Amino acid sequence: MTFIAKPKVAHPSLPKNALGFTRRDYEGALSTLCAGCGHDSITAAIVEASWALAVEPQNMVKLSGIGCSSKTTAYFVSGGHGFNSVHGRMPSIAMGANAANRALQYIGVSGDGDTLSIGLGQFCHAIRRNLNMLYIIENNGVYGLTKGQFSASADVGSKAKKGETNFQPPIDPVLLAMTLGASFVARSFSGDKQQLVPLIQAGLSHQGFALIDVLSPCVTFNDHEGSTKSYAYTREHYEPAVHADFVPLEREIIADYKEGETLPLVMHDGSRIVLRKLDTAYDPTNRTLAAAQIHERMKAGEYLTGLLYVERSQNEFHQANGTPDAPLNSLPYEVLSPGAQALEKVLARYR
Amino acid sequence: MSPANTTRVNDFTIKIATVNGTGSASANSLLMKSIFRSGIPVMGKNYFPSNIQGLPTWYEIRITRDGHVARSGQVDIMVAMNAETYARDVKEIVAGGYLVYDSTWPRPALLKREDITVFGVPLARLCNENFNGVRTRILMKNICYAGVLAALLDLDLARIRELLAETYAKKPQLVDSNMKAIQLGYDYARATFPCPLPLRVEPMTGTAGHIMIDGNTAAALGCVYAGATVAAWYPITPSTSLMDAFKMFADRMRVDRDTGARNFAFIQAEDELAAIGMVIGAMWNGARAFTATSGPGISLMNEFLGLAYYAEVPAVIFDIQRVGPSTGMPTRTQQGDLMECAYASHGDTRHVCLYPANPEECFYMAVQAFDLAERLQTPVLVLSDLDIGMNDWMCRDLKWDDNYRPDRGKVLGKEEILKLEKFYRFIDKDGDGITARTLPGVHPKAAYFARGSGHTQYGAYTEDAADYQMVLDRLLKKWATAKKLVPRAVIDATAGAPVGLVSLGSCDGAIREAIEVLKSRGVGVDYMRVRSFPFSEDVERFLAAHQLLFVVEQNRDAQFRALLTLETAVEKSRLRSLLHYNGLPISSAFIVEGVLAELQPRQQLQPKGALRGRPT
Repeated sequence: MTFIAKPKVAHPSLPKNALGFTRRDYEGALSTLCAGCGHDSITAAIVEASWALAVEPQNMVKLSGIGCSSKTTAYFVSGGHGFNSVHGRMPSIAMGANAANRALQYIGVSGDGDTLSIGLGQFCHAIRRNLNMLYIIENNGVYGLTKGQFSASADVGSKAKKGETNFQPPIDPVLLAMTLGASFVARSFSGDKQQLVPLIQAGLSHQGFALIDVLSPCVTFNDHEGSTKSYAYTREHYEPAVHADFVPLEREIIADYKEGETLPLVMHDGSRIVLRKLDTAYDPTNRTLAAAQIHERMKAGEYLTGLLYVERSQNEFHQANGTPDAPLNSLPYEVLSPGAQALEKVLARYR
Repeated sequence: MSPANTTRVNDFTIKIATVNGTGSASANSLLMKSIFRSGIPVMGKNYFPSNIQGLPTWYEIRITRDGHVARSGQVDIMVAMNAETYARDVKEIVAGGYLVYDSTWPRPALLKREDITVFGVPLARLCNENFNGVRTRILMKNICYAGVLAALLDLDLARIRELLAETYAKKPQLVDSNMKAIQLGYDYARATFPCPLPLRVEPMTGTAGHIMIDGNTAAALGCVYAGATVAAWYPITPSTSLMDAFKMFADRMRVDRDTGARNFAFIQAEDELAAIGMVIGAMWNGARAFTATSGPGISLMNEFLGLAYYAEVPAVIFDIQRVGPSTGMPTRTQQGDLMECAYASHGDTRHVCLYPANPEECFYMAVQAFDLAERLQTPVLVLSDLDIGMNDWMCRDLKWDDNYRPDRGKVLGKEEILKLEKFYRFIDKDGDGITARTLPGVHPKAAYFARGSGHTQYGAYTEDAADYQMVLDRLLKKWATAKKLVPRAVIDATAGAPVGLVSLGSCDGAIREAIEVLKSRGVGVDYMRVRSFPFSEDVERFLAAHQLLFVVEQNRDAQFRALLTLETAVEKSRLRSLLHYNGLPISSAFIVEGVLAELQPRQQLQPKGALRGRPT
């Protein structure tokens, strides 16, 4: 099997978004991943979020590296350009693309191998630049395409399918991103669409680097007894701490939250995220405390999930660089060339 | 060259040995510029350590009325300011030459040589008596030797003052203190030595229409004029000054006067892998982007270069070559990346390379690199080197044609997309191997998936043998198109000789001088300077037309010769290598000796007319 296009026939009664598109318009090619793969649920969540946000399909730029997760950019929003680059180096492609045209939506899909091993450096530096993109890690603790080696997110004591036990401590992308100063850090589970879809919407609306680490079990190589990234284990140990309801710009808040438990955040585009604290002791706006709590709970074997940290005051790359609002790739040559006269003036310095 | 004690106006070499971090660079550039401003062609080469302060450094100034741009290979006047290197510095002076040294301290026995003239100047004492502060005294000591040389060579002090006034326009007190140091040295020399020397300068008009500029500055200027908007790099000697220059020019010429917005993105990457990734991402997305690096950076960029080749994404890379292998000697020059760049990355990959010979070509080739990269949808590497990139060269004024418009290649806009029933990324409609691309954001119909994995001509992932091979074969067709678009070789066949010199890049100056010397000794040779890879068709013709070919290059393993034997029909037996790879720029003398060593016994056996073959 090489490439299968999905039929584009849609039932007329399918609901349409603000642009008149149905969910089908945000789909892509048929997935070639294993049946039951967590990644496919994430793809579905991205389709749902893009549809709900009414993203212009051609304005979505999909970027990835190498691995099972990186294949998935072909499976959603077929109307957007995609770039399946080299292993672990997607952030630099995203940085360059974003530098050239700041007006598009950049979504990167990566895996735990692609991000936390070979791509750890580029991941860290994309965060430091506060590159305006949504970066999703489809985290399953294992290398799929090469058949079952531990990744850098595998937990100590976790057992491989072949029986080997991991003894190296994991790199947690959430804690790492918070340490590096990331402005939007979330964790979710591929099996929790209720939580994941609004997080993706919020991430796409965030101006700056938005990380969503999604626990996404590998049904083939890491879903067995003794694995800490299996469906069963994840369901049991994942702990929603902060639920984020995404409220698009044009819609009123209808949900009725209890006083003191909600925190509405206005995004840069005017839309809002309403954070609902499921764990009253947790504060998603205090980097230090939040990180400490995530760490504490992790020691107890629990993954706190939801929008774990958010901050809207940081400058993203272009704000720091001082680039104009118009994309650099749209500036006419006449604006870019200083002209022959200016060159003569420059040469005077070299006489 | 004739001995140094006969009168030689505007034709000799000065070498200045100092300690780095002591301000000698200002003194040397002051000397260079004052000679240049007197209308006298001059060459400057800086041999500096990979260090911030305290190690030996040399600067060579060749005053050359005939406008040569390479080293002469001889030192007539040595200014020895560094006791640590006295021994070797003194040894290097040609018989009959001159030595200037700081006589504040007793002259070491090492300085003894009967066949040279020694001028001791108490530089440190003069400066200690006239300036305050340790740092100032050290700096002024170096400016002071410029004053000594001004007297010995008969340089115009008014011109030196004028240059200082330009340099320190914002700090006028520095003009006075520097001038004071110049005058101290000047007056001491005039009072003590027979000034001027037989080796001296005389104003002429040999520099009209010329500038003194280094290749990195010129290349950066080319990037500004080419319309580059994204610059990403990781600092590495000797390429960093290219990025510094780009930023300097862009900060001046690319900032919107009304809004203050910067019409460029300047990104210091975390490493060279990220730098090239950013360039690829930006050019894929329709901006002109570039990076500058050196050998170690090219090694790191290999994987991404393969991606850009196969996914057909334009990219512009400046490789300012330095001495390898590995870290090598970062502040010395070589042409050691020829092979590396030509076939960078695994699998069947080949890359368009341009070989500028001087700063002037760096400027024009920078622009050409972007046009070629976008036309061919592939990386273009501009292979400069430390000698071109970091030394000041006298070259013709850079010219700009305001009618220039970038060649953006086959990029389909929205109108064109709407006319198509369906857009496929890799279908060759024009038969030139170049397929139309689209930019993100234009229209949903234009969307495609760029990938380094096997793909069909429709842009879809494939593991199918025929589909894969079809794309790979089309890339070869594109390579054939590249051959027609790249700059042709520069051929000088005026000698009409059966012997040819073949070279590239910064060897050019030394070769052109060597050809003159050979001619004066009755040996005529033709010359071809290759300017690009793939080799243009004239390269094949020149090789075929010459029976014996000297391939001159600056690396140990004859990489250029290897490329010629791989990519042309030339027989190895007709190629002789002249290899210079000690890290110093190649000199004309090296080439003359190499050619004569091979040719003289031959010519006795085989008279010139008997050799077959004439160049085209």
